[in-house]
Amino acid sequence: MATTAEGFDAHTEDHGHHDADHKPGFFARWFMSTNHKDIGTLYLIFSIVAGIIGGAISGIMRAELAEPGIQILNSSIPFVGVGAESMDAALHHWNVLITAHGLIMVFFMVMPAMIGGFGNWFVPLMIGAPDMAFPRMNNISFWLTVVGFISLLFSMFVPGGPGGNGAGVGWTVYAPLSTSGSVGPAVDFAIFSLHLAGAGSILGATNFITTIFNMRAPGMTLHKMPLFVWSVLVTAFLLLLALPVLAAAITMLITDRNFGTTFYDAAGGGDPVLYQHLFWFFGHPEVYIMILPGFGMISQIVSTFSKKPVFGYLGMAYAMVAIGVVGFIVWAHHMYTTGLDVNTKMYFTAATMVIAVPTGVKIFSWIATMWGGSMEFKSPMVWALGFIFLFTVGGVTGVVLANGGVDDNLHDTYYVVAHFHYVLSLGAVTAMFAGFYYWFPKMSGKMHSEFLAHLHFWVFFVGVNVIFFPMHFLGLQGMPRRYPDYTAAYAYWNEIATLGYKIMAVSIVIFFINIIYALVAGKKAAPNYWGEGATTLEWTLSSPPPFHQFETLPVIDEKGQPVTA
Amino acid sequence: MAERRAESVEQMNFGEHTRRVTRMMTVLWAAVMLAFVPQSALAQEEAAAPAATEAAAEAPAYTPLGPDMIKGQPTPGGIGFQDQYSETGEYALWMHDAILMPLIIAISILVLFLLLWVMVRYNKRTNPNPSKTSHNTLIEVVWTLVPVFILVGVAIPSISLIAKQYEPAPADAITVKVTGYQWYWGYTYPDNGDFEVISNMLPEADALAAGLPAQLAVDNRMVIPVGVPVRIQTTAADVIHSFAVPSLWFKLDAVPGRLNEKVMMAKEPGIYYGQCSELCGIKHGYMPIAVEAVPMEQFEAWVKSQGGTVGAAEEAAPAEEATEAGEEAPAEEAAAEAPAV
Repeated sequence: MATTAEGFDAHTEDHGHHDADHKPGFFARWFMSTNHKDIGTLYLIFSIVAGIIGGAISGIMRAELAEPGIQILNSSIPFVGVGAESMDAALHHWNVLITAHGLIMVFFMVMPAMIGGFGNWFVPLMIGAPDMAFPRMNNISFWLTVVGFISLLFSMFVPGGPGGNGAGVGWTVYAPLSTSGSVGPAVDFAIFSLHLAGAGSILGATNFITTIFNMRAPGMTLHKMPLFVWSVLVTAFLLLLALPVLAAAITMLITDRNFGTTFYDAAGGGDPVLYQHLFWFFGHPEVYIMILPGFGMISQIVSTFSKKPVFGYLGMAYAMVAIGVVGFIVWAHHMYTTGLDVNTKMYFTAATMVIAVPTGVKIFSWIATMWGGSMEFKSPMVWALGFIFLFTVGGVTGVVLANGGVDDNLHDTYYVVAHFHYVLSLGAVTAMFAGFYYWFPKMSGKMHSEFLAHLHFWVFFVGVNVIFFPMHFLGLQGMPRRYPDYTAAYAYWNEIATLGYKIMAVSIVIFFINIIYALVAGKKAAPNYWGEGATTLEWTLSSPPPFHQFETLPVIDEKGQPVTA
Repeated sequence: MAERRAESVEQMNFGEHTRRVTRMMTVLWAAVMLAFVPQSALAQEEAAAPAATEAAAEAPAYTPLGPDMIKGQPTPGGIGFQDQYSETGEYALWMHDAILMPLIIAISILVLFLLLWVMVRYNKRTNPNPSKTSHNTLIEVVWTLVPVFILVGVAIPSISLIAKQYEPAPADAITVKVTGYQWYWGYTYPDNGDFEVISNMLPEADALAAGLPAQLAVDNRMVIPVGVPVRIQTTAADVIHSFAVPSLWFKLDAVPGRLNEKVMMAKEPGIYYGQCSELCGIKHGYMPIAVEAVPMEQFEAWVKSQGGTVGAAEEAAPAEEATEAGEEAPAEEAAAEAPAV
């Protein structure tokens, strides 16, 4: 999709010529890459492909949920090679779809785009580094993610349970449904896919931590780093600390399934709830892993288009650190109904609400950054404004769910689905589109159409709200999650949500038209196409940046600006 | 496994039995239904009492509630919580409607208003020269501390709600042991002779024919006495299920190998629907829950109609032990099965 550097020499204005000496051939460049920008591009392309697959799956789900009864599932089964069409097969297929949708969107769409894509591309550029600290490890991180994705897709075509092919255990893979409850290799492949993606992310996290701690340009202290770099740093620590716990938890699943251990089997002295504790000890930091880089991007964008430095920079940076730290001690709020004791539930209620404080600091600081600014409503800014509002709406329903006593009704209903899609689908994904429009010309060297980007925003904004806002109502009314079918009373809002999906799908078409337009007919991008507000180091380079940048390291002055720009 | 199936079949027979009894008593049922129309508790008691004496000779005076007694179910196009019929539910609903909703709406509108304000007031046209302000300690402290105080204000009723929900049932409360199976529910009454009622979803046609909501209606409901706390213990025989009744503000996971306990109380007689709320395999969406709360005499009559016993607290203890022993058998079988998988 995005072409990268065409010019090598950072010091000339002529970027049109090909410097074949310094760029490897096609195979070596894209399959054995050690260049952070190429790997970032690969991650972004990968994430878009995964997003199409995950989004198509949610399309099947919304089509099925458009009205009560089972209408669509039997016709979508043949794609995953289930033989006999039966009600059981259709119902199993539903569980496979919800599992695949969750895992793909979390592990193969949001994470690769946020951290692998934008992180790889812009962390070295923003700290004035020539590349990542471990370029080859960077490459293996990417390919582990790809192989993990293939393992997950493969799992959909092998037997996985009573009804047919694929792992139908939900993205949380709770035991014992995922152990004694699912016969066949599909769940093993799905779990293995998490191992691979997790290993890739752990390697990536060590790479980012090392890069950020050791490869900052002279003069760039930690407190002068752009907030996007801060966000990736915090995210990398969360990955490093959380993913090994997931790896342990799912390894025990594998041994329970195949080697006769009973970690999660009460009959052998184990405990199914142990799995949930381990999973959510990873799972809750994971949701911050998905959103923190978005926070970082929004900070850059809001500052750029307000032509003002970020308000309360240190507060912003340490709010992310606080979110990261507190994110590790609130996991059991995903388990309020599992039979926690009263004190545990009270503690997790209180601790969970604490997270609203640093999150509030971020929201207010973004608004304060715009306050007194000179705002320009370019496409990234419009997406960022949309993000701030949608994330607020998703955040406040989180405060409702934080209350253990209230969650007793809302747990595992569509209210929860609405909540986490507001912070992820409308939050993280909106941030990703904001970041994409912010940096796409920098990455590709071609300007996108501002008109199409604005149109994309408005259609997407309307679409996702029509999908997910009614889900609050469904949840309050008691509709449980992960149901392919429902009683007639839930039909009205489900039909509306499905209508919203169609609107949202149109916006994605606009997005692709915009990319194609930019690549085919887009205007050539200047080094700093957003103007005076864009002050971080990537804007001192050409668009696209040279294949290798900062061979002479930039020097950062007291104000955090490069000395010779 | 085979043993468990046999047990289920046997329990099914209890269900069959109920239905046969029901058929025999159709006429009586119609009479009682007429008496039930005025829904005040007094009227019901009066109706129930003569019915009980009348039927005492041959069959117990239990009649399943009809569709007009459905209290807890979603309303088409509804946008709020289902009506609440328990004390904790009413308190939680108040907490949501009076504290949380106004708060989150206010925050959302505040953020929206601030965003619109800065967009109008500080754009390129209205404010061509951006300020360079990037710090204001006072305001940063304010927007950190104010949310802290607000959250403390939310936490106080929230914590007391949790405390309320965890109040144990009185020692003499009736216990219902709820067991989640793939994909139906079993309700055991250890204090009443330890009989188990197996509850399956009614096929859509049957439900609609009976005037009951499809995918919520079941063949055998979980019957509880109205107006008194009932001790619900949940467990599961295979994978995790979750026993949820939204209109009684009740949700408790049924975890194999664990026994979770929580109090359920319905303030009014009626039918309260719920659905399994933890992914449990292919028919997760088709194992609804129907709780039927009836006056104590009706409940006791129902217990007798199921072959259970009423009163005699001494009987409860050995019955409970028997349950525990019965519990272990399927679990061991599961362990034996696992390596074969």
